[in-house]
Amino acid sequence: MTVILNQSLTGISIGAVLLLIALGLTLTFGQMGVINMAHGEFIMAGAYTTYVLQKSISSAGVSLLVALPIAFLAAGAMGALLEWLLIRRLYTRPLDTLLVTWGVSLMLQQLARDIFGAPNVQTTAPDALTGNISLGGGITFADNRLFILGLALLSVLALTLILRLTPLGRRIRAVVQNRDLAEVSGIATGRVDRITFFIGSGLAGVAGVALTLVGPIGPTMGTNYIVDAFLVVVVGGIGQLKGSVITAFALGILQAVLEYSTTVSVAKVIVLVAIVAFLQWRPQGLYTLRTRSLA
Amino acid sequence: MTTTTSSPAVVAPTSRSLPERLRVPAGFALGAVLLLGAAPALLSDFRLNLLAKYLCYAIVAVGVSLAWGRGGLMVLGQGVFFGLGGYAMAMHLKLTDAAATGETLPDFMQLYGTGDTLPWWWKPFADPAFALAMTVLLPMTVAALLGFLVFRRRVKGAYFAILSQALAAALSIWLIGQQATTGGTNGLTDIQGFFGYSLDDPVNQRMVYFIIAAVLLLLMAGVRQLFVSRFGELLVATRDSEERVRFLGYDPANVKLVAYVLAAGAAGLAGALFVPAVGIISPALIGIVPSIGFVIGAAVGGRASLVGAVLGAIAVAWAQSTLSDALPAAWTYVQGLLFVVAVGFLPGGLASLGAVLRRRRTAAPTTAPTPATAPAPTTGETA
Repeated sequence: MTVILNQSLTGISIGAVLLLIALGLTLTFGQMGVINMAHGEFIMAGAYTTYVLQKSISSAGVSLLVALPIAFLAAGAMGALLEWLLIRRLYTRPLDTLLVTWGVSLMLQQLARDIFGAPNVQTTAPDALTGNISLGGGITFADNRLFILGLALLSVLALTLILRLTPLGRRIRAVVQNRDLAEVSGIATGRVDRITFFIGSGLAGVAGVALTLVGPIGPTMGTNYIVDAFLVVVVGGIGQLKGSVITAFALGILQAVLEYSTTVSVAKVIVLVAIVAFLQWRPQGLYTLRTRSLA
Repeated sequence: MTTTTSSPAVVAPTSRSLPERLRVPAGFALGAVLLLGAAPALLSDFRLNLLAKYLCYAIVAVGVSLAWGRGGLMVLGQGVFFGLGGYAMAMHLKLTDAAATGETLPDFMQLYGTGDTLPWWWKPFADPAFALAMTVLLPMTVAALLGFLVFRRRVKGAYFAILSQALAAALSIWLIGQQATTGGTNGLTDIQGFFGYSLDDPVNQRMVYFIIAAVLLLLMAGVRQLFVSRFGELLVATRDSEERVRFLGYDPANVKLVAYVLAAGAAGLAGALFVPAVGIISPALIGIVPSIGFVIGAAVGGRASLVGAVLGAIAVAWAQSTLSDALPAAWTYVQGLLFVVAVGFLPGGLASLGAVLRRRRTAAPTTAPTPATAPAPTTGETA
């Protein structure tokens, strides 16, 4: 029983990482139907930001906190630039954006390799995040995992508030629900697209900062997470925050429990089969926007 | 989707000297002369072996052209099918290699294996007919299963692309995890013989080349017939307006399924032929990254044009092995740029370059929504 609980907690922390990454994807995928494979490299940008900051700021705790907003801005700026340079030109061909952004992702990876070198680098975790919290009965939760969980939940909360309460959020939701109608109502959809891309990519940067706490920083770190994060979006439903939240934790726990009872590689295969089976039941994902359009 | 083309491949410019009905056979004959005559006569053994490898990628591209170019299915998991075909072939060759030296187990199993007995799912591959059939049937079965489940429930194109990628990731991770029975990260290496012929002998390597070239030519001829058949028309219609096809009384799911399964079969065949040509199959050849790599050649050459896709795949593979030896970093940038430029700005690929330029020159630039870019016949050969 203790083992199952511990595995579930591991699953929750896997889910928190997935959630942080998938949040940005939900926004961009839902908003424009854009499959941004370079999202993984925005994660990488966030992680390297942390690394660079830690070089200049000696205190690990301070640099981590400073890195959060800076990584958000840096990754967000990269995302907005990508949207402006390439993605808006591919507006009528959403599926092709996958290959184009994959090309961008290859180039960004090589750029990171040229700047920071091919080997992985590491940051030191702040002292406050190196311990464990005991929940009693032999169940423990690592502090850094707790930090990531908190960060993920905070991001969900902030995003929800922005989408629900601000004029910007209203515009974003309007464009997601019906782009043409939003446009004739006087919303500058192009600008909304760019801001959405900025926020979504910025969240990837934040995820990158979080990932420095649990693993090494390397040029290909983004690729390891990107497909799993996309699966979260697919299962959760496009453009739906609550779908992504539920799915991220469900997939994380499923993966962790299966890894314990089988092996890592078999667990991956079973999770994929489960996802395909799930899509038989709900082809559009867990939560969908109900529209009358055929597409 | 307002992607590339809607017109069938053969759009004959009136100025051509060759009669239209002769151009396809003439192009095919030219291809056959080049591949079966000129290349073996002019190239060294080493270069010919490299060309054999590129032609394997071209065989995959034939399937990609069918499923993606004509069917609009973003097939990002072709590595899975390439790998299944390759492993099926390599398992058989490993078993015959082992039998030739009097062993019961392939060499890597003696190193990593846990027991002295062959795993049950290896046993049938000792039979050459079974193994050969499996190189094509195994990929097709997997594709049929996934395709049936996905297309029947009308799962969106973007979802399909991601699922096929996830499948590629899952298979390569699974293969790496099962080191005792699949060779793990190393894959199945050091393959010596090919149905009784030693692969160390350059003459036999040439034979392998001829087999690959012949398979490619036959496959191209077959798929071209498919392009101009009723099915080909229906496939393009499904790509351009799935709903309209459904309203006309066809089931788009079946149309897509057939294209996807055929593309998987081509990839499996390519994987099987890759093994004797290169002597290795490993998870590194079938994961997410190489799977996407399989479509870039088709994208550069022209996904909807058969000849364009094949030439594109050969050219990209050649550029990769030439550049990545000399300047690995430069190749990655070039590859990234190829994706951005070819897919982003020239969706019809190089095959459409002529048509695009011609339109630029003649038509007024005010025709705002891009008209269908017909894949122009490339020089000499036709699609």
